[in-house]
Amino acid sequence: MSAHHPAVPVGGKLFNTATFVCAVLVMAMVAILLVRFLFGLGAVTNLNDGYPWGIWVVVDVIIGSAFACGGFSVAMLVYIFNKGRYHPLVRPALLASLFGYTLAGVGVLFDLGRWWNFWHIFSPAHANPNSVMFEVAVCISAYIVVMWIEFSPVFLEKWGFKVQKQKLEKVLFIFIALGTLLPMMHQSSLGTLIVVMGPQISPLWQTPVVPLLYLLSAITIGYGVVLFESCVAASAYRREIEVPLLEPMAKVMLGTLALYLVVRVGDLVMRGALGHAFVPSLEAFCFWLEMACFVLPFLLVGSTAARRNPAKLFLAGVAIMVAGVLLRINGFLIGYDTGLGVDHGWNYFPSIAEMMVTIGMFAIEVLGYIIITRRYPVLPRDAAPAAH
Amino acid sequence: MASRRDFLRGCLAGGAAAATAVLPETAAARDSLERPPEALGLLYDGTLCVGCQACVAACKQVNENPAEFSALDKLWDTPLDTSGRTFNIIKMYRHGTMQTKDSEQNGFSFMKTSCMHCADPSCVSACPVSAMQKDAKTGIVSYDPDACIGCRYCVAACPFGIPKYQYDSPTGKIGKCELCRHRHKDGHYSACAEVCPTGATLFGRSEDLLAEAKRRLALKPGEKTMIPRGRIPAKGETPEQAARWKGLLDQSYEAVAGNYLQHVYGEKEYGGTQVFKLSAVNFQKVGMPDLPPKASAATSETIQHTLYGGLVMPVAVLAGLTWVARRNVAKAEGEGQEEQK
Repeated sequence: MSAHHPAVPVGGKLFNTATFVCAVLVMAMVAILLVRFLFGLGAVTNLNDGYPWGIWVVVDVIIGSAFACGGFSVAMLVYIFNKGRYHPLVRPALLASLFGYTLAGVGVLFDLGRWWNFWHIFSPAHANPNSVMFEVAVCISAYIVVMWIEFSPVFLEKWGFKVQKQKLEKVLFIFIALGTLLPMMHQSSLGTLIVVMGPQISPLWQTPVVPLLYLLSAITIGYGVVLFESCVAASAYRREIEVPLLEPMAKVMLGTLALYLVVRVGDLVMRGALGHAFVPSLEAFCFWLEMACFVLPFLLVGSTAARRNPAKLFLAGVAIMVAGVLLRINGFLIGYDTGLGVDHGWNYFPSIAEMMVTIGMFAIEVLGYIIITRRYPVLPRDAAPAAH
Repeated sequence: MASRRDFLRGCLAGGAAAATAVLPETAAARDSLERPPEALGLLYDGTLCVGCQACVAACKQVNENPAEFSALDKLWDTPLDTSGRTFNIIKMYRHGTMQTKDSEQNGFSFMKTSCMHCADPSCVSACPVSAMQKDAKTGIVSYDPDACIGCRYCVAACPFGIPKYQYDSPTGKIGKCELCRHRHKDGHYSACAEVCPTGATLFGRSEDLLAEAKRRLALKPGEKTMIPRGRIPAKGETPEQAARWKGLLDQSYEAVAGNYLQHVYGEKEYGGTQVFKLSAVNFQKVGMPDLPPKASAATSETIQHTLYGGLVMPVAVLAGLTWVARRNVAKAEGEGQEEQK
């Protein structure tokens, strides 16, 4: 990859097995949501007052937005740390982020018990600046708008608005700066959400440095997601994998991951919370599982030779995504106990309907990604012929 | 090379935002908030409670909540816990043969579960749209369904498990005790205290309730004492002030002091609450959580305001990022890969 590769549409048919399966999953989701809006959250979810937040919040929004950090992480590398060579990765990563965040924003509405009041978040008469949720909601909304602007050159290019595109590109740096700041703010605050829950959260996850942990892990997940997506896109579209780009980027990922682990372990030791990891409990088991996934990328792609192996890059990406999932599920669900064990003991496991909605949300993302990459200039031009 | 220098600049700009996250204990640090001087609350004394549940029925009635069933016959209101439609219940502790009241061994005991009206409530701090508010004068933690977006962050935040959501409704609200604030203008106070036949639940100013609780703890177990019922008058209350509330001024009766644990639950828990509890049986065994003296709202808001107070930090970081991005965008969007290895 010595020359700059301009992005081009992949082309090919839009109707195939993958898009068909996605469409069916999306329709199932719509049907379930209809029931939810007609009869209430209890009609389709297993939510209860001991677990008021289920997978619609923790997976669709908190994890969904972390998975959507690819655009933020790569854009930061290119535009803030001036690593121009990663530029071909920006557009595909930004597209996935755009979908991830937009859907996380829409997904919130499914979970809101009094969704018609949603606009109160933006109303100064109602705003509560003390609330972490307020900051997260405003910040994510702003970021969704910023990302659409950041991505709009793709549409302007396709539709032939050359002048508008040039004008936008002159001020794009402002949106790129905002597009770096806003995810830093809300990805850290998504972690701060648990602080007010106090001792209801296990000391393995409840810490004053939780904003830093969530921010560092979100950046790391961003790179992991790019590894994952690049490998999947290359395989699905029978294109060459961008190993010369992914190899050094995996190294950057290991750097942020190392920083995360230093803060994570240092915090546990300094607070004296590590003892909770050595008692026979579900919390301790999930903690070690989470830590194992965070360490796994070092074993998988620790050497330069391993980082040139696409299969190992893919696995490292998956490992870091799973690690990020576990950190968030552990903090918000496994490590959470309403009433600190003095009540009758609440249980939560998502219902099939709940899971179908979460799956449907990811299906929309995959469907949108396929349609846009096939029709719009997102992926870098490839020497290999486009897929059928 | 130039690119290396730019990389370092990027590190400074990006790192500044990350670094600030680890400095929460600075200028914006705040302690747990305190009760307002005229704070209203309840005192519940488990040793006086006979478990008649008159308070549960009265609470349902004045809040216009329907009965909830846990038994097959559906004849009686039998909620097992507070819910979106049950704001107050009396829970029972049972052990062994259940022979002796207020004994941990082979005994039984009662405990009231309802909102504690925290001095520094987590639900108020958590609510993004100010639907949960703490009254500046009475300290009552109130809920406004017209403001609420139904995110249930308050449900997750409360360590007492008090705000609850109505999951069975497409327009579900949060339900919780508001100390019958809607009845105060008519001279009525909390219905649970109004109807309590033994004075186990008492309404009044938190300050007076705390003094009464400490008076009881100072008594010898079994000692005879006068126990007020309904409302406890404020210290130095004038007849005019007393006329604000309905009901007999003095409904006190002679009873014997319980074998209290020397602990007023709510005096210090989580920054203190306006509702207090006395018990002869370990508080965790009767369903009250063991909480630290600091309110988590104080920790959470300290972190938030350190990072975002006056938007100083975000604007400074944004300025740095904009400056760096402006230099780098042109290069990256330019003719291609100019970065040298």
